[in-house]
Amino acid sequence: MEHIRTPKVEQVKLLDRFSNKSVIGTLHLTATHLIFVESNSTSAQEIWILHHHIASVEKLSLTTSGCPLLIQCRNFRLVHFVIPRERDCHDIYSSLLRLLRPVSYDELYAFSYNPKQNDQQREEGWQLIDLAAEFERMGVPCDQWQLTDVNREYKVCETYPRDLYVPITASKPIIVGSSKFRSKGRFPVLTYFYQEKKAAVCRCSQPLSGFSARCLEDEHMLQAISKSNHNSRYIYVMDTRPKLNALANRAAGKGYENEDNYSNIRFQFVGIENIHVMRGSLQKLLEVVGTRSLSMTDYLVGLENSGWLRHIKAIMDAAIFLAKAVTVEGASVLVHCSDGWDRTAQVCALGSLLMDPYYRTIKGFMVLIEKDWISFGHKFADRCDQLDPDPKEVSPIFTQFLECVWQLTEQFPQAFEFSEWFLIQIHEHVHSCQFGNFLGNSQRQREVLQLKERTYSLWAHLLSEKQNYLNPVYSPSFAESHPVLEPSTQACHFKFWRNMYHQYDRSMHPRQSILKQVLTFKESNRELEGTVQALKTKLQKFGVSTSPLKEDAPASTDGERTVEGSSATENGYGELTGSFGSKNEPAVVTLEFGVARMTC
Amino acid sequence: MELSEHIKTANVEDVTLRRPFHPALRGTLCVTSHHLLFSDRKDEASWQLLILLKNIDAIEKSVENLFGYPRAMGSSGTITIKCKDLLVLQLEIPGMEECLNIASSIEALSSLESVTEMYPFFYRPSHLTLNGPWGLSSTEQYYKQTERLWDRWRVSTVNSDYSVCPSYPSAVIVPREVDDDKLIRSARFRQGGRFPVLSYCHHRNGMVIMRSSQPLTGANKKRCKEDELLLQAVIDGSELGYIIDLRSAQQAQQARMTGGGFESKSFYSHWKRIHRHHERGKIVQESLIKLVEACSDPSHSVDRWLSKLENSKWLSHVHSALSTAGLVVECVERDGHSVLVHGSEGTDNTLLVSSLAQLILDPASRTVTGFLCLLEREWIQAGHPFQQRCAHSAYSHARLKQECPIFLLLLDCVWQVWRQFPLALEFSEALLLRLAQEVYASNYGTFLCNSEQERCAAGVKENTHCLFQSLLRPDIEEQYLNPLYEPTDLAIWPSVHPQSLQLWTGLFLRWTEYAQNMEEAREEVWSIVKEHHEQAGPDRTNNTLSTHCDTLTPFENLMDELTIL
Repeated sequence: MEHIRTPKVEQVKLLDRFSNKSVIGTLHLTATHLIFVESNSTSAQEIWILHHHIASVEKLSLTTSGCPLLIQCRNFRLVHFVIPRERDCHDIYSSLLRLLRPVSYDELYAFSYNPKQNDQQREEGWQLIDLAAEFERMGVPCDQWQLTDVNREYKVCETYPRDLYVPITASKPIIVGSSKFRSKGRFPVLTYFYQEKKAAVCRCSQPLSGFSARCLEDEHMLQAISKSNHNSRYIYVMDTRPKLNALANRAAGKGYENEDNYSNIRFQFVGIENIHVMRGSLQKLLEVVGTRSLSMTDYLVGLENSGWLRHIKAIMDAAIFLAKAVTVEGASVLVHCSDGWDRTAQVCALGSLLMDPYYRTIKGFMVLIEKDWISFGHKFADRCDQLDPDPKEVSPIFTQFLECVWQLTEQFPQAFEFSEWFLIQIHEHVHSCQFGNFLGNSQRQREVLQLKERTYSLWAHLLSEKQNYLNPVYSPSFAESHPVLEPSTQACHFKFWRNMYHQYDRSMHPRQSILKQVLTFKESNRELEGTVQALKTKLQKFGVSTSPLKEDAPASTDGERTVEGSSATENGYGELTGSFGSKNEPAVVTLEFGVARMTC
Repeated sequence: MELSEHIKTANVEDVTLRRPFHPALRGTLCVTSHHLLFSDRKDEASWQLLILLKNIDAIEKSVENLFGYPRAMGSSGTITIKCKDLLVLQLEIPGMEECLNIASSIEALSSLESVTEMYPFFYRPSHLTLNGPWGLSSTEQYYKQTERLWDRWRVSTVNSDYSVCPSYPSAVIVPREVDDDKLIRSARFRQGGRFPVLSYCHHRNGMVIMRSSQPLTGANKKRCKEDELLLQAVIDGSELGYIIDLRSAQQAQQARMTGGGFESKSFYSHWKRIHRHHERGKIVQESLIKLVEACSDPSHSVDRWLSKLENSKWLSHVHSALSTAGLVVECVERDGHSVLVHGSEGTDNTLLVSSLAQLILDPASRTVTGFLCLLEREWIQAGHPFQQRCAHSAYSHARLKQECPIFLLLLDCVWQVWRQFPLALEFSEALLLRLAQEVYASNYGTFLCNSEQERCAAGVKENTHCLFQSLLRPDIEEQYLNPLYEPTDLAIWPSVHPQSLQLWTGLFLRWTEYAQNMEEAREEVWSIVKEHHEQAGPDRTNNTLSTHCDTLTPFENLMDELTIL
């Protein structure tokens, strides 16, 4: 609080990014949010910006109308205020500079956020996702794979979780030996098990092979993975980096597996660029789409030059390769990049999503993120710039993963239980630091921070408003008939994700939404169904039997009509049509435009 | 020459048909005067494919002849058929001679030029009779329906024998105070005789959209008093009207060298001219060719695809058409002024812009009937030369003459509007796709010929069936309805940010697996809505309407443009 010098400024102008429109309002600065309230009382738009969402604040030079303040957010919101007095502007500016650079974890919003739940509810929230249960769902442990306690104390690899699954033939010395031969000790472990063919997806970091070094334990480890799958004589080793990058790493004593030293491996580069390239690419993309009065030509050329969709396709291609190797060939695959926490996470998670319909449900998608991203140590704190920023560590790796999933939802509109708003909301909270899930860089660090005791889980929050994230045309029968998704990788299927990168630019969006409308219909269908049921039970109470009419005698529609024609049912419809609008509307409206408003 | 004389081999057995995303089929291939028929003879429920020969845009043949083998065994040929609806088929035909015969028959019969030899003149389905009403609307009907016009406007039949303007219909709506003599003089001053006529009258404020061709001012800055009076009568005392010239200022200047020109400020003092550059003719046709080529090569990298998409300029055309239409709407609805739209001939981009503006402005044109009426008035009767423009599509190797997919561009723009206002149109994407197909090859006479005059001469109304009539038959119409339709009275201003416009995958990726997934999702939407309607009963609440009002705001770009003027 001591950083806030001016908590309130009036007569602030908010400029629209893509037009000459502007509105006047009041700017409030609180310990957690920057809030703009429009003065015009009829519409009274409010904008809440969480400090953690702010990526940069820029004070432009003074103009006749005031002092412009440009705020860029990590959720791709860009606001342009003009503050009448320069002193106020400077106060806000310097307060924000301090507020958006928290120096310790304790300052993060998650530690002060309180959704009015008791301890038990909070604990239940954290227990929603259980990774042991998830491995059990995959059929692990089994006769070939077991849980190892080698990392119980985070002694072998401090960026891995405590519970790890390895082939039963991999003894402790092999694991420890292998981990010493891998960057950051990230030795090969199981992340997904394709039960149908007993094929495994494993992940690790690059080997410390240099130009000629080898490690027998590591070779044994890969052999153990290979032997655990009787369906295939070989395993694939996917190095998700471009070959050139892997070669360069050899000079630093790292590198990639030499096919001569490992028996029965098929080695493959897939060429996804590193975090620095991705960061630059997103920057270029945002520059292009942020241009005012952009022409179609500049837009398409800019989109191409940014390379963003090319990178998205590269990740997708890798995931498809992985899914094919596992589901078609029945081969196990070992995936790595350099440290095995960026590209590896992308490819393993996306590949699993292609193979397993469970991950395409709301709950399953949470499990997938918890497993491949959170527990295996994707460095959310560094990549998302949560604390003590090192600009070279920031990179939109997780955003890319979400975008790949979105591209799939576009190709397979019926395959996912959730809509894009679920993905966007997750993206929002990866940066909001409002919930504990994504704080820190590894499980170990999260335990030290006592996140489960001191913060709330995002998943419980999202599940509580699940209605907003449903895909109305989701079809479980589609999942049954298409257990493995085979997306087209034709370039024209890779599209710009407008709702993500222009979420806050209202003028850019469709003015009416199919999703919203169909969701409303579906919801009301469900409610009506519920009312019909309730009325039936009521009728039964009064001694009128309805079930025989419905079930035993489908031909006698006359009978049914009598039941519906009875006054009770009619009243029910009457009540419902009256209340339906007022009940549903607000909830659905918030779906699109209020989706990012923080509950505080 | 009889059509049948083109057919040297009518039947071939054992032909293999390959279609994208379907297993190959073996069956019999027949060529008739107007169709290519393939039937799969194995199954009891035999599957047939019937293609109008006119739908075939290009045909490529390759024959393999293995020496030393008897003809019947060794030689075969492959014909690749590329259709105007963008479908590509392959036929493997045993026997080199048969293959060549089939190919040459298709080539000859698919490029018939005589209108009366075309299939609509032979199409006689049992459920339709020729004596029924032809067409949905007429100038007179529009006048009768539009009460706002009665006071100051009249229907003129000055063109009843098509002598004043060969491409106009026999009746047009003009200001009441301008007599037919003045119209004749104005027509002489406009290219092709297309003098300014009323295209739309806005139901809210009585402002109108007029359209015409360019004035023939020429290098000497000729003027025409009657033309000036005509336009003066249009705005009738209000201080301002807008002329939206669909050429850049420079192009309009250059047009003077060839006898054309523009309305100069000094003679048309109450009209403000705005220039908006629109590509036309060959350039747009080439855009389509490039776009379809880019879409049909699956091996492109993302970079190459984006650069090809950009290079085709198709989306740029969509962008400018929608922006200019938005500008027209801005003038009429927001500023409350009348507008005259023209380019050069006034038969292509002019119609595109004026009809899009109407779709945005007028709720009546967003129903199935209203939209078809709009197409009939603004395209067919207004004299868009369909026969010339749609002679070939994206695959043809023939040298381009007058081809130009302006109508396809319109459908694409309508699709973009639907994407942004999925509840505002009564019809669905399926109708647009159907029209995209019918305009190039049809059983019906609706899109035949280049003008009403030509249609009269060929006896189209007497001897063919009307597409629009048949689309409105209740059982057919149902396929084209938008389940989510909720009429709104407001103007629906589409956003024209490049990020808001998309490739029309439904058309350009029509024959891919992707389209199938989309179709299934659409069916799911249908079933949810149907269930909703059944459960909620006939008095379903339209309370969502009020919430739409505040979202139907105009896009902001245009304001900037208007103020620059």
